[in-house]
Amino acid sequence: MIDNPWSLVLVGVMALLTFSLGYVGSRRANTTPDFLVARRAIPATRNAAAISGEYLSAASFLGVAGLVLKDGIDALWYPIGFTAGYLAMMLFVAAPLRRSGAYTLPDFAEARLGPSNLRKFCTFFVICIGVLYLVPQLQSAGLTLNTITGLPAWLGGAVVTVIVVVNVLGGGMRAITLVQAFQYWGKLFAIAAPTFVLFTLFLAGPGNGAQPVDSSGVLRFPEDVEVTTVDPVRVRVDVAMELSATGLVNGAPADGPAYWRPGLYEVGAETKLTFVAGSPVPVVEGSPTSNHDWLRPQTEGLSGLFETYSLIFATFLGTMGLPHVLVRFYTNPDGRAARRTALHVLYLLGLFYLFPTVLGVISRQYLPQLLVTGKTDAAVLLLPHTMQPNLLGQVLGAIVAAGAFAAFLSTSSGLLVSVAGVVSTDILPGKVRDFRWATVLTGAVAIGLALLLPRSDASLTVAMSFALAASTFCPLLLLGIWWRGLTWVGAMAGLLVGGGLVIGSQVVTVVSSYTGRWAPSVLSQPALVTVPVAFLTMVMISKLTARRRPDDVNQILLRFHAPDPLGFMRDRELQIGTSDEKARAADRDHDGPSPA
Amino acid sequence: MTKHSGPPGQPDQPQPAERDAWLSVSARKNRRRRVVLADPRGRGRVLRTIIELEEQTSVGEKLIRDLIRTQLRTGLALGGGTLLLLATLPLVFYLLPSLAEVELVGVRLPWLLLGLLPFPLCYGVGYAYRRLAERHEHDFVSSVDR
Repeated sequence: MIDNPWSLVLVGVMALLTFSLGYVGSRRANTTPDFLVARRAIPATRNAAAISGEYLSAASFLGVAGLVLKDGIDALWYPIGFTAGYLAMMLFVAAPLRRSGAYTLPDFAEARLGPSNLRKFCTFFVICIGVLYLVPQLQSAGLTLNTITGLPAWLGGAVVTVIVVVNVLGGGMRAITLVQAFQYWGKLFAIAAPTFVLFTLFLAGPGNGAQPVDSSGVLRFPEDVEVTTVDPVRVRVDVAMELSATGLVNGAPADGPAYWRPGLYEVGAETKLTFVAGSPVPVVEGSPTSNHDWLRPQTEGLSGLFETYSLIFATFLGTMGLPHVLVRFYTNPDGRAARRTALHVLYLLGLFYLFPTVLGVISRQYLPQLLVTGKTDAAVLLLPHTMQPNLLGQVLGAIVAAGAFAAFLSTSSGLLVSVAGVVSTDILPGKVRDFRWATVLTGAVAIGLALLLPRSDASLTVAMSFALAASTFCPLLLLGIWWRGLTWVGAMAGLLVGGGLVIGSQVVTVVSSYTGRWAPSVLSQPALVTVPVAFLTMVMISKLTARRRPDDVNQILLRFHAPDPLGFMRDRELQIGTSDEKARAADRDHDGPSPA
Repeated sequence: MTKHSGPPGQPDQPQPAERDAWLSVSARKNRRRRVVLADPRGRGRVLRTIIELEEQTSVGEKLIRDLIRTQLRTGLALGGGTLLLLATLPLVFYLLPSLAEVELVGVRLPWLLLGLLPFPLCYGVGYAYRRLAERHEHDFVSSVDR
């Protein structure tokens, strides 16, 4: 914890701005299209800023720098994948998806493949991915508030939930668009300004005199450091060292000086470790211990290579399946604008991702103690104060904290809108009131899970939801948009196999992490296997059930791909009412294209 | 910030359905007018091809199939090229560990290749795709026009 009054003030300002912008945006929001897709009238550049604001979550703002600090150069594949995923989205999905005129992902499935049970499965996976993505946001919000003010960790998540729910209640998509667009620029400033200042200090400042790395590449503490673990952690020691430990080490109580030989040590929760300056840094298991490995790519052999490729697969293809990203493309006026929006997003993301990398590299010099506990997400927040324990450091720290808070707010609100949109139109009758109920419900479930589930690195949990999205919605979208042969049976089989494999592997990984880490690494990063399997399943089953192809598949693809000036695009009418009425309306809708 | 269409309660307010916070009323009207009036081409001829497309006659179906194929090919070529370029990097690093020792302007080469290069690359590819895709669509519209 840092005692920094500035942080609380700036975080408060950020919350207030979010509230008031949300209010401005929601004054004229009163119909369901307002709440779901902001009436499809957001200009491309603003939508791009909003998408970037929403997409740059805690995983990007805090997580990327933290992973660079911990894993070194191989962590750079996260920002690369997050950006390249947008490229894939732009090349294959953006324009046709907008022209489909759908409101939500399940609605797209129905527009393409006709009314069927598929819609329900899509709904299920949208909720899964949305909540899986939302939980780490709220947990990181707790961490941030705890780090900067010392307030209890549950409070941060609760504050974010309340602000976001209130905003979304007020105006849905209409309200959060403006907020998210503003928050992109807020975040860019909040990471760029400290990076410039700290990098200059790093190059020129007296702090550079500290030599945390010795000639053989072993990382050493630059000064006396006291570390208290929060959760149990396994650390690897490469060079024998002396330290003082109070608490649980290797299952036995420890109190006082200790001598650690090279090996693995299990440190219990709430254990205090004291290191003297110049002592080597024990590093949390699974991360490179020496700077030699940290600096070089692909030092973990074949399994590391596999993990990298799996990560590339998951992020390149997963982005297009993220419901909160897709839902923003429905707000563009037409397909061409959707494509231009995606291009603009590429530029905004590339600009942003230059900075967390630099911060991660600098923090390797100044914050080695985070490597002991593995809670490297806090690096960005702690770095300004550690490098500059004066007013400048405090102000920079406050700016970073406010930026991180903006990250939680914008991402959570986007997720909340997309999940609430699906819940309200597919499970509830679909009126504005239902959207509001769905918002409250989703918010409550998310904060509940955030408090119950154990915390892991934001980027890793997020990578999981990317894997899920890549193995479910990515094949559905790609095949649905470009291949006439897809049937709803095939799509459903693909969703079940792909999604089932990812969820199953995740369950196994969690179980094994509690019972001795026996699971192979392929299970923690499964996309390289699950995505091709999902694609294959969809194609094979669709071929077997070819007679279930929708009769009007040619018209549907015409609508997806015909240039906008020809006017084939039809926005699907929102089906409001009970499920019976919806089914009847859907039948009508399927007989012929309904007027926009 | 948002430019609103005028103070609420004005007598010349448009229909509630047309009220829009993102575009001023005049801009919206202008846009509509542009679609209808600034179209000097004979609507009848266009309409005939559009109907052909809609009814999926052999001509119409061939047209749209070709468009879809062209767009897909463009996307696959650009996306596949980018993927190939980026995805060979880990393998190259794995097979040639000495590459990590090369320094360029004081920074190790892999850090430059991974930390800097992919972002302009993605934007460049995206820009090229936008140009090509819009050109294909433009060609398609003019072929429908004739």
